[in-house]
Amino acid sequence: MNKKDIYWYAFIAVLVAIPLIPAVAKNSFLGHVLILILLFASMSQSWNIIGGYGGQVSFGHSVFFGIGAYGAGMAVVKYGIMPWPGVLIGALTAAVVAVIISYPCFKLTGHYFAIATFAIVEIFNRLFMIWDWVGGALGLDYPLVEEGWKNFMWYETKIHYYYGALILFVLIFGIVRWIERNRIGYYLKAVREGQEAAESIGVNSTLVKLTAMAISAFLAALCGGFFAQYNLRVDPPMVMSLDMAMKFVLITILGGTGTVLGPLVGALILIPLQEYARALWGGLGGGVDLMIFGLLIIIIIVRQPRGIMGIISDVCSHVKKVKGIALETKGGG
Amino acid sequence: MSLLEVHNVTMKFGSLVANNDISFNVEEGQIVGLIGPNGAGKTTLFNCITGLYQPNEGSIVFNGTDITKLPPYKVARLGAVRTFQIVHPLKEMLVFDNVLVGAYLRERNTEKAGKIATKYIEKCYLSNVLNERVGGLTIGYKKRIELARALATEPKLLMLDESMAGLTSTEIKEFLELIKDLSNSGITLLVVEHVMEAIMPIADKVVVLDGGVKIAEDKPEAIIENKQVIKAYLGERYSKRLKAAKEAGTDV
Repeated sequence: MNKKDIYWYAFIAVLVAIPLIPAVAKNSFLGHVLILILLFASMSQSWNIIGGYGGQVSFGHSVFFGIGAYGAGMAVVKYGIMPWPGVLIGALTAAVVAVIISYPCFKLTGHYFAIATFAIVEIFNRLFMIWDWVGGALGLDYPLVEEGWKNFMWYETKIHYYYGALILFVLIFGIVRWIERNRIGYYLKAVREGQEAAESIGVNSTLVKLTAMAISAFLAALCGGFFAQYNLRVDPPMVMSLDMAMKFVLITILGGTGTVLGPLVGALILIPLQEYARALWGGLGGGVDLMIFGLLIIIIIVRQPRGIMGIISDVCSHVKKVKGIALETKGGG
Repeated sequence: MSLLEVHNVTMKFGSLVANNDISFNVEEGQIVGLIGPNGAGKTTLFNCITGLYQPNEGSIVFNGTDITKLPPYKVARLGAVRTFQIVHPLKEMLVFDNVLVGAYLRERNTEKAGKIATKYIEKCYLSNVLNERVGGLTIGYKKRIELARALATEPKLLMLDESMAGLTSTEIKEFLELIKDLSNSGITLLVVEHVMEAIMPIADKVVVLDGGVKIAEDKPEAIIENKQVIKAYLGERYSKRLKAAKEAGTDV
């Protein structure tokens, strides 16, 4: 990472953090929404590595997310220790599981890969439902332990969760920005654009995809660990569901796959929509947010498959063109 | 030792024999033409050499290494790189990034790889479209991008599969200059080509396939006299035209 990038990140972090601190500190609903925005942006960004840059659309990321969440949960609930080693073990396990699952699945291309990952979520969901060691269908309920960073748990205020989410966000966005500008990122895009062409110039496409998948799963699991700590409980429908898996995919698609800012843009739209819709129309039986979101996705994708970031870049290049023409005519006149 | 040795390669698809017991060598520094009518098995042979197919029988040795069973990326890493008859551009990526992917094979560092990419972009006359998406460019550009991308891997053997098909005559002339230039810089070339006027004047040797069988292997002057080749592929008129051009001493 060069100097310019570090400045860019510091800038973004400060930009996001400072004006929002008072809002969070007041324990308001807005504070909760902001934390979820950062969390879901981070989750989608981890998906973006393999799904966006690598073009391998996975509907199975809630499995890795769930393994991370269970890592934290098991450490705190079953072993009565702090969540950190649990999260780390969970993340490593998620990376290993991702590689084992993906190796045969990568032999499938296009839609078949997506369908295979669908099935995997169901398998893991059922497995964790009947697995007594991890709490089965009841899940894991957190005991009351000492507040603070050591246990990553606070009761009175959400401000520390906000900082935690911000660190996670900066970490994952930093990693993806680094990937985008280095060999692995270019190789991933090359494999997405044409596996045969990439192999013809020496790219080991299987290795590139597996590496990306492992990183992606590792980071998704870190997000899962945070999610468990934030909710103070874990159960299979909460983390290892198709519903959750769809969020990884849809947020990124809405914002723009294969772009650094896409997941943030997507989360900035979906999460407030989801949380406020739930608060306002919760009485309607839920799902209103998903209906609005579904409609939004259809409208955006029909206009520009590269999502909102695609639309922005279209507008930018249009403006440039118009400016260019204006300059030319001025020069000519 | 030859740079590329093809020994008795046979490739079958079910009952169809696409390549039947084909053998030839490519010496270092040569330009070798591979010609023949449509369906003769030229592209199949290319696919066997580059690891896309594994031949049913026979072996292929590149630079002393048996590459018969190696996957395409390993063959490319050893230094035998191809272009495709139907171009395979990385559409959503910029021209520069396309070539950069090639350059990364020998150089991990992005800055240094970028310099290598820039060198071949200039060599292939692509500087003016550096920051454009490949998807929107014409076929002439796409073919040159594919060439630049292959060159950026700094290959020992470059295999071109009908790189001149579909180009205008001006573009063909530019392409030929480029090929001569590459050959002078020490790259060995194996070229599948239908444009006879293009390949005949520059090739050191021509291998002719017909119906999956090698029917001739000789210098271009001898190939245009070869009765079997004339019958199978060139035709009388073509042969005369090429000879006349040769005698007149002009590049056609």
